[in-house]
Amino acid sequence: MPGLARIPNLGHALRDALIMHKPRVALIEANRHQETARLTFQEVWRESGRLTGLLREHGVAPGDRVAILMTNQWRWPVSAIAVIWSGAVLVPLDYKLPPADQAKLLAFSEARALITESAIARELEPHLTNLSTRPILVVAPDPDLPAGARDWNAEPRSTPDIHLEQQPEDVACIVFSSGAGGDPKGCMMPHRAYLAQAETLAEMFPFGPGDRFFSILPSNHAIDFMSGFLIPLLTGGTVVHQRTLRPEYLAWTLRHYQITHMAAVPLLLEALKRRIEEKTSSRSPLARDLFDMGARINRELTLRTPSHGLSRLLLKPLHDEFGGRLRLIFAGGAFVPEFLARWFYDRGLPVVIGYGLTEAGAVLTVNGLSPWRGDSVGRPIPGVEIRIHAPDSSGPGEVWARGPNLMRGYLNNPELTAETMADGWLRTGDLGWLDASDHLHLVGRRKNLIVTAGGKNVYPEDVESSLAGLPGAEEFCIFADSYIWPAGSMIGEQLVIAIRWSPGADLNHGLTELRSRNRLLADFRRVSHVLNWSQPFPRTASMKIKREALAREIRESLTREEALRPI
Amino acid sequence: MDRILHRLLDLAAARFGADRLALKPQDDMYEALRIDSMRALELLTELENEFGVEIPDYELQRVRTFEELAAVIARRC
Repeated sequence: MPGLARIPNLGHALRDALIMHKPRVALIEANRHQETARLTFQEVWRESGRLTGLLREHGVAPGDRVAILMTNQWRWPVSAIAVIWSGAVLVPLDYKLPPADQAKLLAFSEARALITESAIARELEPHLTNLSTRPILVVAPDPDLPAGARDWNAEPRSTPDIHLEQQPEDVACIVFSSGAGGDPKGCMMPHRAYLAQAETLAEMFPFGPGDRFFSILPSNHAIDFMSGFLIPLLTGGTVVHQRTLRPEYLAWTLRHYQITHMAAVPLLLEALKRRIEEKTSSRSPLARDLFDMGARINRELTLRTPSHGLSRLLLKPLHDEFGGRLRLIFAGGAFVPEFLARWFYDRGLPVVIGYGLTEAGAVLTVNGLSPWRGDSVGRPIPGVEIRIHAPDSSGPGEVWARGPNLMRGYLNNPELTAETMADGWLRTGDLGWLDASDHLHLVGRRKNLIVTAGGKNVYPEDVESSLAGLPGAEEFCIFADSYIWPAGSMIGEQLVIAIRWSPGADLNHGLTELRSRNRLLADFRRVSHVLNWSQPFPRTASMKIKREALAREIRESLTREEALRPI
Repeated sequence: MDRILHRLLDLAAARFGADRLALKPQDDMYEALRIDSMRALELLTELENEFGVEIPDYELQRVRTFEELAAVIARRC
């Protein structure tokens, strides 16, 4: 999509695209097996224009802030366009947060209006009474509209002018990063950041008319905002929404709508892998052998570059299960184990691993496809510079990034902005190193760093990826013992693995495998204790484990002596 | 309501191989059944089929105990 970065603002770019692709299908929404909406680009134009008029009538003026709080659906992108066209700053909020937190972010962002749906509005209502300025609620149609709420479907009295005056440096969105705890971190993203990023990504991974992106990650999340809203609508492609996330309907949607692209987090990839394996194991031994052989041949023949046609031929039943057109799965938002990404690549479903932060739009680095790689988080995308600040003697240091896709700073927090951004560089807080081919390897978060008795640095994420795929483990997390039970020192820590076993798992087998894999690790990276935990781990919207929250849950229910068993 | 709750506990225990007698209405269902949110959604589908109701995923978000889940179903029966 060349030239996008020369357009001054998102409103302009979206308007141009909606006109250019008029008759094409822009949005499809399904609820279970039923299609509930299908809109062409022209219909998106009309709906967004209508809602822009409605927002104006409710008093929204250029420069105001308007929040969206909705589950993934066709109304999400339409609302986003309307907010941008009304000249307001868009504040996408996470529908998975507790209502009290949502109300806190509404107050913090001083939102003048909130576009939401009735189920959310009803839960939020009691928490809005304490706000000094109560936002106007615009609620998607419902037979019993909450009191005082405005109807999303009401017709405006006049045709609105679309506000297209914003400059590239003006703030388009305030996006709250999923970082848990502390003050809200509202990243102020300028129009320039989104346009530059969309242009670069659309050139690297061509998307356009006929392509279909399945929007699964929450739309407020930077990855879906870019890949499940902006890029498809700017390039004439289609976004597909499914109102339920139950695995059987996800597979049906992939098949029925012949999805070509999707974005996923590791947890979702694991669920898809499980589904494929279950299907395969129900086949005859001969069919299973043929399937394994297909995967091996595919691996050999696609070493240099993926070939969708070839893989589909070799592994037809698997590809048919997903509609036969799925070409790319973007993965990020958490550490993606290489074995998991490789498993998909070997079967002709390339998982493109990238790395980004809310503070940087969506993506800083991404792996290419020729050849495919799963051992790094990729090279800096064009326009982005990555530098390793103050590397330690073994190589890793803090990852700093610079480029046109960075935020302007945190809302109402100049101190944190100054700590995070200096001389145009964003200090990511992540630790990593660059290899000879400029691929970035992440080793952990700076704040999660563990220092062992031998004075060695250990990154828990690094150990976790070495143990990925542990049999019988539903999920696990590596901690320093003193992270859970503070000992007043960061030195001399022991590594603990907290494991939640799958129901009915063979614990002996799991532990034996853990011990043997543990022995293969450098001695200072070995786990010394096991902690069995029965509750699901707390996770952020992008499915990263909330380490602090999990450590707190453990600390509050168990003493160190009760919890730890030598490995 | 009691009928729904008992049937719900029967189904949950059978599906995830838990001891039916050990499940209490006030138990945290994720903890008692050792399941994550994806598996809880699978249970929801089964409950919909049993009670002939339709429950959006969103409604499960704030539910922790069996009692709360039964209340969600009862509201729609």
